[in-house]
Amino acid sequence: MAVVERPHPPRAYDVVVIGSGPGGLQTSYCLDRLGVDHAVLSADAGPGGMFQRWPVFQRLISWSKPDAPAPRDSVEYERYDHNSLVADDPENRALVPAHMGRESVFPARTEMEAGLRAFEDKTGIRVRYGCRWESTSVGEDGFALATSDGEYRCRVAVLAVGMTDPWKPDLAGIEHVPHYAETGAATDYRDRSVVLIGKRNSGFELADGLLPWARRIVLVSPRAVQTAVLAHATVRPRYFQPLEEYQVGGAVFALDAAVDGIERTAEGGFRVAVSGTTWTGSSVLEADAVIAATGFRVPLGDLPQAGLHTVLGDRVPALNAYWESISLPGVFFAGNATVGALGLRRHGVGSTSTSVRGFRYNARVLARHIAERLGRVPQHARPLPEDEVALVLAGELRRCAELWGQKAYLARVIGLDGSRRAFDRGVQPLSHFVDESGPDAVAVTIETDRDGVTFPCVYVRRGGRLREEHLDPHPLSEFEGEPYRRALAALVG
Amino acid sequence: MVDRETLSRVTLFADLDGPHLDEVAHTLDDERFPNGSRVVRRGLSSGGLYVILEGAASVVVDGDERAVLKPGDFFGEASILIGDVAIADVAALGDLRCAVADAGDLRPLLRRFPSIAIRMLEVGARRLRGANEWQS
Repeated sequence: MAVVERPHPPRAYDVVVIGSGPGGLQTSYCLDRLGVDHAVLSADAGPGGMFQRWPVFQRLISWSKPDAPAPRDSVEYERYDHNSLVADDPENRALVPAHMGRESVFPARTEMEAGLRAFEDKTGIRVRYGCRWESTSVGEDGFALATSDGEYRCRVAVLAVGMTDPWKPDLAGIEHVPHYAETGAATDYRDRSVVLIGKRNSGFELADGLLPWARRIVLVSPRAVQTAVLAHATVRPRYFQPLEEYQVGGAVFALDAAVDGIERTAEGGFRVAVSGTTWTGSSVLEADAVIAATGFRVPLGDLPQAGLHTVLGDRVPALNAYWESISLPGVFFAGNATVGALGLRRHGVGSTSTSVRGFRYNARVLARHIAERLGRVPQHARPLPEDEVALVLAGELRRCAELWGQKAYLARVIGLDGSRRAFDRGVQPLSHFVDESGPDAVAVTIETDRDGVTFPCVYVRRGGRLREEHLDPHPLSEFEGEPYRRALAALVG
Repeated sequence: MVDRETLSRVTLFADLDGPHLDEVAHTLDDERFPNGSRVVRRGLSSGGLYVILEGAASVVVDGDERAVLKPGDFFGEASILIGDVAIADVAALGDLRCAVADAGDLRPLLRRFPSIAIRMLEVGARRLRGANEWQS
């Protein structure tokens, strides 16, 4: 039998990437393209291990449209395909829709996994599977990562480990309750009364999946469902059916209440004591089953002990604009572990770092940032004539997939030196651009406000002073035309 | 989500009972800023209401420090309520941790919990009086 050599043996690398989900694969692909020496390690047996377990009810909540206004092998198609990893080579693009049927625009998790596997195979990414990261030592010039296969040393570590550790809040009796990750088969809940603690994505995913089975479903958490915000959110399909049943008086309830405690009953059921928030009073919910749909945390190993700061109840790392730990320089994050980088919170709409649609671009910008820091590539600074700046930016408002995938988080930046010359500075996190005390420059973003209106935004820095300018929305989001070029020229000139 | 116990020690939320404190804790984000990083940028429309949980922040205009904010203090609300850009930079002095309400969440939060609005008005009134005394 042929012995397959495992890649990336323990030694020193410039960069070690941990994780083989979409975040890890995208980062590795981008580092490869920039010629950065790196190893990819994964405790799993294959790519996208998370999709073998979750979502519980099979289909993802982000869509890929099989036929779209742009051809599948083009960059423009990425706007219509929120699940594929992104590639410079046209033959490696749109690999998730290539593995999807036409029953739904939301891929089943097996289809997502097949798309990831195809990306890994076709792009030649090499992952050392079955290699578990166990502990971390921080040195003066980098890190030593102890793994099940031995010690790896690196100057930069990229953790693409997902949000995969089940997390439960500190509630009396919560230890009696299984987590979302331990949800049984839908048939287990046949004719049962179920309480779901949590009214966000995973709670509504379970509610939606259990609708054909459970007798009664009560979702409970202190804050009311933000239906106005949901109306414009990608995740809304999960919420539709349970909320409709609630509103017409069916057997689903979305209860706004704090959970005071959970008790087991002698008969094997549960009693959940709650106090109302948007209503006055308290109540006890009797249930045959309770599930904590309370979310996940990033598996950070021993990094908090090494000084890594966290946020959101210690669930996610606190990150700067380039997804680097704010307290442990050299430790970066990729994939949906980048959810703690919130950017400028424009219009109260967050980044899309929780989904492939957004974090695939984070990974590309991150790889370039790391390559520049390690001195592997020069800083982006392609010269262009200053009278072409408005034309270039208007074109980017249509073409640049980063602007559409990470609205108001990633910006297209051009430096202006005031002597008829300009410099293409590539794609940068907007908050980095506005905080950089550099020379005159202009950046454009695409932004969507809370009413769902999408428009370009221009940020101009002159003499150290910053101003923002919102351009008009367009009914068909065509931002490349003459009015936009004129507006951009007036701002840049 | 913000830790409920931490929130219970902030004056702005002192009038909320247990369940409502839980509700507000589920409404706010928890964000940390390293020393020197900017939280609010002069010239940009503001991203949120920031309530300091740990650490301190410096309010800076044209390089001059105009105020130092401490735990329990808040900032960012004025430009959201007025609908204009921020008129000062606010930057972290040492490690800073804030509870944050997004711009779009502020008005609904104040409508839902008028006690927070009244606490905010009291602070606003004190700031205004301080500014008037300083000018006279």
